[in-house]
Amino acid sequence: MQMHDLPDSKGHFGPYGGVFVAETLIHALDELRTTYESLRADPDFVAEFEYELKHYVGRPSPVYFAKRLTEKCGGAQIWLKREDLNHTGAHKINNTMGQALVARRMGKKRIIAETGAGQHGVASATVAARFGMECIVYMGIEDVHRQAQNVYRMKLLGATVVPVESGSRTLKDALNEAMRDWVTNVEGTFYIIGTVAGPHPYPMMVRDFNAVVGRELLTQMPETIGRQPDAILACVGGGSNAMGAFHPYIPHEEVRLIGVEAGGFGIATGKHAATLCAGRPGVLHGNRTYLMQDENGQIIETHSISAGLDYPGVGPEHAWLKDTGRAEYVSITDEEALEAFHLMCRLEGIIPALESSHAVAHAMKMARDMSKDKVLLVNLSGRGDKDMNTVATHSGLTL
Amino acid sequence: MSRISATFERLRASGRKALIPFVTAGDPDKASAVPIMHALVDAGADIIELGVPFSDPMADGPTIQRASERALKVGTSLRDVLGFVSEFRTKNATTPVVLMGYANPVEAMGLEKFTAAAADAGVDGVLVVDYPPEESEALTAQLRARNLDSIFLLSPTTDEARMESVGRLATGYVYYVSLKGVTGAASIDLTEVAEKIPQIRKHVKLPIGVGFGIRDGETARAIAGISDAVVIGSRLVQEIESSPHDKLLANLGSLVAGIRKTMDA
Ligand SMILES: Cc1ncc(COP(=O)(O)O)c(C=O)c1O
Repeated sequence: MQMHDLPDSKGHFGPYGGVFVAETLIHALDELRTTYESLRADPDFVAEFEYELKHYVGRPSPVYFAKRLTEKCGGAQIWLKREDLNHTGAHKINNTMGQALVARRMGKKRIIAETGAGQHGVASATVAARFGMECIVYMGIEDVHRQAQNVYRMKLLGATVVPVESGSRTLKDALNEAMRDWVTNVEGTFYIIGTVAGPHPYPMMVRDFNAVVGRELLTQMPETIGRQPDAILACVGGGSNAMGAFHPYIPHEEVRLIGVEAGGFGIATGKHAATLCAGRPGVLHGNRTYLMQDENGQIIETHSISAGLDYPGVGPEHAWLKDTGRAEYVSITDEEALEAFHLMCRLEGIIPALESSHAVAHAMKMARDMSKDKVLLVNLSGRGDKDMNTVATHSGLTL
Repeated sequence: MSRISATFERLRASGRKALIPFVTAGDPDKASAVPIMHALVDAGADIIELGVPFSDPMADGPTIQRASERALKVGTSLRDVLGFVSEFRTKNATTPVVLMGYANPVEAMGLEKFTAAAADAGVDGVLVVDYPPEESEALTAQLRARNLDSIFLLSPTTDEARMESVGRLATGYVYYVSLKGVTGAASIDLTEVAEKIPQIRKHVKLPIGVGFGIRDGETARAIAGISDAVVIGSRLVQEIESSPHDKLLANLGSLVAGIRKTMDA
């Protein structure tokens, strides 16, 4: 089987992925898998999704040459795929729109979601409002406090935000809690997972819905610069924006695929979320993948200045892309990401999400040592309006 | 014959049903683990299900989540849990012990190393909650090689084709979780269980245990009337949580003894 055609029928990407859940969830996942397999080949469904992407999300998103940032680095050209211009300000809505349409086809009227930074929660609440569905968002209590503004946005959109107090009280625990809700209310409820993780078919389905990013690039780049880029860079939390950009390019082996993880205070400090760079394979949240874990197999707490990258797992397809060498994974520290964030604001007039700033920072590092005819394409996964408090606090200010 | 099969034979001969308490190992502390196991046996437990604590117990409700957190707080590892079983075996050679937990701590130790250590410690069966039959081949092969039983879950949404595949892999007994939901959720639907058991028996020739949502002797008695074993978890873990330390063994013992008495009456 070609790498591009994975996963196999059981949801495996090489040794990764699969369905690692209690028996109580198997039936719901089977039902979702069969439905989604028929929908992805259904021209009506595809047309409906494309219509919503165009008229509601605002696609296609442009590619943009970051001229002043490029000049500042003095090497390879840095281009941006502007996912920050989507409705709700990030790539997340590509996936929530797709899953909401699947939920409608399945007749489910209640949507649940987990969220860390709140971006996926907002994108879920948005599509739930758009289609008149009830929406419950699970969010670690730590994150509820850190991301008060997004909590309010979700409430404005009619969603109920449930603070999660178990475990480390962050994103991974919100995911556990959403799974528990799903097991309990499985008949009328659709669980919209926010990244390319979870049990099969989620990693495949979330990737497919985000792959619109890579498909657009495949035509936009030749139209704009006459060829494909030399490398595509994207930040990796769970890995959905990266997988969306990478997947259509897997067969294009001349294009390097580079995932940028959160190096936090530095890999050596142990306080980071660079799962592929420093983790080990294991099983969490329904799939086998790289994990941040201690020697006894307990999941450990991660750290990143960007809440959206602060996750101890990573999508199983990335694990396989890493092992096979088709994609490379690197890390960028909090400080490096902040520096890129500020440069983007002042040189390009674009306030990037802190998550996306990690990918920009690595592109800047690479560009310096490359010639001016080389092209680096950064998937600018989101805008930074949500990060005002974090950045201000870091600069010693209170808003 | 495995200790688990022998236990069910003996019970059948005396016309009784198995009582299977579940507790999380290391809750509330490591020193209590083995005394709790002996107290459960003294109060009438036939098999012990020992939970291996995990940081992300996705299939558990708040009660067992908190037990896991308490056990991890005092540093209980899978290695420790195997140590508890070894120590238990120095005084008890007959009561089967089944480890119940999640995949990651087992994989972190390594399947081969884990099954070897489990067999050495005197473990009898293993249930990995997030290994459905499709993902459990490697583990069941290792367990079979060591004569350990592979316990699997069945649920209200399991169809007959899956019952058949579980029937092919499972040994010891199967565990029917009677609720759509997590452990410790609402109470059990007896009619639903009564309808499901004969269907399971068509495909699975092993004793059937029923659990999730059994909280008292009366319910245990009703379930015992239609199945082979009654599993009680969250209610016992609650007792551990709410008991002062010096009353813990006594409280737990009298709770289990009370359930046993009503169940057998
Ligand atoms: C703007 C943005 N980029 C990236 C991410 C990380 O998610 P993923 O790795 O799935 O793209 C998030 C998550 O909240 C986000 O908001």
